[in-house]
Amino acid sequence: MLLNPDEWQALRLSLEVALWSLLWNLPVATAVAWLLVRRRFPGRTLLDAFVHLPLVLPPVLTGYILLVLFGTRGPIGGWLQRVFGVHLIFTTAGTVLAVAVMTFPLMVRAIRLTLEGVDAGLEEAARTLGARAFDRFTSITLPLMLPGILAGAVTAFAAGLGEFGAVITFVSNIPGVTRTLPLALYTALQTPNGDATAARLAMTSFALGLIGLVLSEWLARTLRRQLGRGIT
Amino acid sequence: MLDVDVRKQRGAFVSEVAFSSATPGVTALFGRSGCGKTTTINMLAGLLRPDRGRISIDGTVLFDAAQGVDLAAEERGIGYVFQDSRLFPHLRVRDNLRYGERRARRRPHRLKFDDVVGLLGLATLLQRRPAGLSGGERQRVAIGRALLAQPRLLLLDEPLAALDAPRRAELLPYLEGLRDRLSLPMVFVSHQFEEVLRLANHVVVIDDGRVADHGDVVSMSQSTALRAIVGTESLGTVVEGIAGALDAASGLTQIQVGRGQLRVEAAALRPGQRVRVQLLARDLILATAEPGSLSVRNILPGTIARMEPDGERAWLAFTDIGGALAMVRVTDDARRALALAAGQRVWVLIKAVSLRGHVFSGPGSA
Repeated sequence: MLLNPDEWQALRLSLEVALWSLLWNLPVATAVAWLLVRRRFPGRTLLDAFVHLPLVLPPVLTGYILLVLFGTRGPIGGWLQRVFGVHLIFTTAGTVLAVAVMTFPLMVRAIRLTLEGVDAGLEEAARTLGARAFDRFTSITLPLMLPGILAGAVTAFAAGLGEFGAVITFVSNIPGVTRTLPLALYTALQTPNGDATAARLAMTSFALGLIGLVLSEWLARTLRRQLGRGIT
Repeated sequence: MLDVDVRKQRGAFVSEVAFSSATPGVTALFGRSGCGKTTTINMLAGLLRPDRGRISIDGTVLFDAAQGVDLAAEERGIGYVFQDSRLFPHLRVRDNLRYGERRARRRPHRLKFDDVVGLLGLATLLQRRPAGLSGGERQRVAIGRALLAQPRLLLLDEPLAALDAPRRAELLPYLEGLRDRLSLPMVFVSHQFEEVLRLANHVVVIDDGRVADHGDVVSMSQSTALRAIVGTESLGTVVEGIAGALDAASGLTQIQVGRGQLRVEAAALRPGQRVRVQLLARDLILATAEPGSLSVRNILPGTIARMEPDGERAWLAFTDIGGALAMVRVTDDARRALALAAGQRVWVLIKAVSLRGHVFSGPGSA
């Protein structure tokens, strides 16, 4: 199955955007999941709800909220532009942001689930053996969370490839800049005689999704075996 | 010296524990489940913050509420063997053992890896993962891991509680080995008096969050506070003595206890070894005249020091058998029939067979 240059471009952009948003999300989602599971602080429930918001809001609304906050005149967008000269609207960077926000809850949920399965008593044991907070996290907590982090990463990556509503609302549909796979598919469907392109893009999306799911399952199983039985 | 004086309130439960123990030495915190023993050692380890009080060991203050000193758990250098081992599941036994050792760079490494592995019999386990180990093996690894962190004090929270009887019997000699070969202060928590009398030098009896009594093993075995916890079946005083040679003809070993001798069936004792013998109160017999023609191998002359009621229909006759105290449980009927009273001259009868399983190697016998 051969893709034409435009289709290749959409595929490459999708992969690039999903990868970047994943890289940004990994440390943040791990930190937030850790906070939610291991710390009790005022506003914890609020943070929990806030993290999950993109999961329940219409993606178009999430895109609109991003537009308001990160637009050139938005409180954050304006500041970013003044201080760093970073422009998010109608850019690939903005696409990365939209995908990151949309996939963030998926990652937090997956990481949180494994972290809840990591016995806090092991961290106590590490304390009595002289390990300080960061040392404990990297030597005990993180390795035991790894299956969840990787499973979350694969799921978020696969979902990120397909993010549509928030992207088209926030950064529009610009070929080569913000037109990812689902946006290209949508465009093809709206174009007369775009059926062949649509079919090829659909098959590509389908294959990517399938690979993602199989990979995630395989990773989880391999890691569980590596980390010794009894850890999920 | 280990000096502890801590108070912690959790809901309606108040734990207020103070004691001092000589270092090195083995201190047992003894009491029923839920009496505040684990709370106390968690405060020693720094895992739980006392509301007020002071903890110091050999002149180093670990916690002092008045002066605002509260050393973090990871800075205290106190080893902790948890009831449930808490081995790191993603690390092999070798790396579990090395975990604390690597992080103890600033303390002198008195305990060497190979020595600890040898002492605890871990050589064949090094490449294994914790998930594949038995309960007893896990606890041995946990002990080794704590030791290699070069602690100044080792805490053990019911290290035998999660094990079945055979595993417990397998681990106890290792713990006795630690006590005798390392000059390391230890505090262990237990609700089994047998463990206490096998391992401890110093016993702190805790009841309902407070120290009910404390002292050496021999004196605590006579303590009223301890009696309330142990229960009638396993009640008995502990006597300490020195093992003599095994008499090949009779198969019995003589133990010098105070000025008297005790003959026991215990082939594994070395001459000169310090031993502890638990004399179960219900197994002992009192006679007011010297008996003859009996199969009993121990007929020890003594004097009743005092009589104490034990429930409604029984009495405990504390009998001095030449420098050691035996506690004999008699029915009220027997007491009246023999007119037992303090100051009376008596003979204590102890079957050598009944002492099987109640003779243990004492501290400092290595």
